[in-house]
Amino acid sequence: MSDMKTVNIIGAGLAGLSAAITLARAGVSSNLISSQPSERAQSVLAEGGINASLNTMGEHDTTTEHFADTMKGGCFLSSERAVGGLTENAPSIVKELAALGVPFNAQNGRLLLRNFGGQKKKRTAHAKSSTGKMIMSALIDEARKYEAQGLIRRFPNHELICIDVHDNVLANVTVRDNYSRKYLRFTGAAILCTGGLNGFFEGMTTGTTQNTGSAAAIAFCAGAEFANLEFIQYHPTTVSISGKRMLISEAARGEGGRLFIMRNGKPWYFMEEKYPELGNLMPRDVVSREMTAVVSMPECTGSVMLDLTGLSADVWSGKLSDLRAEIMSYMNIDPKLSPIPVSPGIHYFMGGIRVNIRHETSVKNLYAAGEAACQYHGANRLGGNSMLGAIYGGKVAALSALETAAKASIDSVNAKAESSLPKNRTKLCCILSSGLGMIRSEQPLIKAVADLDELLKSGTLNEIDRSRTLLGKAMLLSALARKESRGAHTRSDYPHTSADFQKTTVAGMHNGEVIIRFAAIDESEGSPK
Amino acid sequence: MNYILNILRRRRGDAKSYRQRFLYEPVTEGDTIATALTELNNREVLADTDGTPAEPVEWECSCLQKKCGACAMVINGRPQLACAARLIDFSRQEIMIEPLRKFPVVCDLVVDRSILFENLKTLHLWLSREAELPDRYRELAYQASECIQCGCCLEVCPNFCVNGRFFGMSSVPVTTRLLTEMPVNEAKEIAKLYARHTFAGCGKSLACKDICPKGIDTEKLLVNANAMAVWKRRKGK
Repeated sequence: MSDMKTVNIIGAGLAGLSAAITLARAGVSSNLISSQPSERAQSVLAEGGINASLNTMGEHDTTTEHFADTMKGGCFLSSERAVGGLTENAPSIVKELAALGVPFNAQNGRLLLRNFGGQKKKRTAHAKSSTGKMIMSALIDEARKYEAQGLIRRFPNHELICIDVHDNVLANVTVRDNYSRKYLRFTGAAILCTGGLNGFFEGMTTGTTQNTGSAAAIAFCAGAEFANLEFIQYHPTTVSISGKRMLISEAARGEGGRLFIMRNGKPWYFMEEKYPELGNLMPRDVVSREMTAVVSMPECTGSVMLDLTGLSADVWSGKLSDLRAEIMSYMNIDPKLSPIPVSPGIHYFMGGIRVNIRHETSVKNLYAAGEAACQYHGANRLGGNSMLGAIYGGKVAALSALETAAKASIDSVNAKAESSLPKNRTKLCCILSSGLGMIRSEQPLIKAVADLDELLKSGTLNEIDRSRTLLGKAMLLSALARKESRGAHTRSDYPHTSADFQKTTVAGMHNGEVIIRFAAIDESEGSPK
Repeated sequence: MNYILNILRRRRGDAKSYRQRFLYEPVTEGDTIATALTELNNREVLADTDGTPAEPVEWECSCLQKKCGACAMVINGRPQLACAARLIDFSRQEIMIEPLRKFPVVCDLVVDRSILFENLKTLHLWLSREAELPDRYRELAYQASECIQCGCCLEVCPNFCVNGRFFGMSSVPVTTRLLTEMPVNEAKEIAKLYARHTFAGCGKSLACKDICPKGIDTEKLLVNANAMAVWKRRKGK
């Protein structure tokens, strides 16, 4: 074991599991490090499905169309080569998941696909509305096979506290065992699969409390470049429950759910009226913006409502029984009988650690995949592409990492790392929210940057909170620098999309300062630098 | 109504246990034990009902919507998820909160459930070939895949103990899924280990019935796993 090539993987959700399994199949071992077991990862919350042009519904779907929809949904801010790889490989990925026993909805062995936002054809394979949980259960079982062979070594309850980079090459990562409070240092290549930046908007997102964003902040301050941080997806249909936003899956609209608002005393199906072709299934950025607009119209009253009362008994029993139970449990409303009030909530971070199409970061031997990385989704992610991106990205990162993988070591070390403090997280969240709502403009962004600068100078931040605040500043400065509206980034002072900004926003740390620049969308296989 | 959370605490696994009471004022009707614990730990200064300063209460959480199993604990004597335990559903003002008792305490409400995952490995629970999942077994495989490995079913089991030969109900859903997806004659190892570590030790008390936070029909999965592993036939109902 000790003489084997080893790769360190931080995060054991879909991307991390996909990477670990890929490495194991190639005979390369991995240390799978996660703050909690895979069963607790945010991936288990993914609901509606996974996209692949399997063409099982008689609609003549093709990978070319999946590619075109993904590029268009992302407002042409993604790498064509990366999205090409994603969509070309999607059918084989979903078939592989079926071979691993994921109980997708199917009929006589034919996988059933559902409609999803931003796509004209049925392309989303699903297991009711718990697709993430079903896929995770199968991948956890598959990973267990390699755990038993010693090819995957799990380090649950371990939290990343330091990434050591020398001359832009990853030297090691240090993690803390949160049970024993002991520290371990891992040498060798590492893949960050640490999820999105939910913790920067505590209590305001549909994600988990475990996706704190601290690992990303550590990577940022260690020298990894970030990309497109201003693109934060507000999912149209979320509801407030205690401590968070709860997602009402896009599958609800994919199966026939309709959005309306009361206008002059009558229901107005505004999406269907404005967008006759895709109606309620326009891309998420469009739906959320329209919802925000209609709610503020004087002739409209109340919330936007999601009407699922017209769905058939078969849909409720076979495809959305889990969603119905969840709505009844947390909202005390039976969606079969009554429309439910919904509003946009933070759901996904398109931006993240900058990677090239090989999932290499700007730091040599450091890779990133899943929501932690910025890849595939451009300015707005299509529903059904996140799990696909995580699984495919994890594979690509693993295949890249194993090329240079070497023998790695694990050493006990003396270290001490403070945890992020609630009061600092709350302050950061308040400031970021004031600048990074769905509709942005210069003055609130400038004010938010000034507030963060004040916080940074206050001397009240410990090391991790300082790193988090610097990454938060990079988010604000990215939004400030992008003087256009595109996808999930809407500027009231720059309402139009500008060809000049069909570029990647790159954020990095230089001499202790956050620097923002724009770079051509990366199509190379080399370093993202 | 304000609530008093009476928490059984232990700052380290080998330290002495003690109880500490905290006052919590709910903000919304949907507030849960998870909301309350989060609020306590977010206080600038945490003090108990006597005014004594207290360390933050250690506990685990992740999804906050019954999908991950992280926040399982014993609340008023019943193992359940803190994120699903709404305060307004408790009739008494004082709520007793304890860590799961079957597992070693790490700190306060955090317990080490790693044995759950070790046991699944011991049971060789993985597919040794490509899955074969006929439509009629799909629903069963779905239900079996819902298990969140929270440990609530083991908490109430009279036969399960950590490091014992009997692995308990938490091993059944995974076994059921895999046996549903493999021909019985190609799952001999899983069947043998299941018979040894699950079937043989289960006293059929069905104490685990109706305790699963996901609402998994434990009896149904048990009947199916027994049928496939021990009696060598698929049921699927």
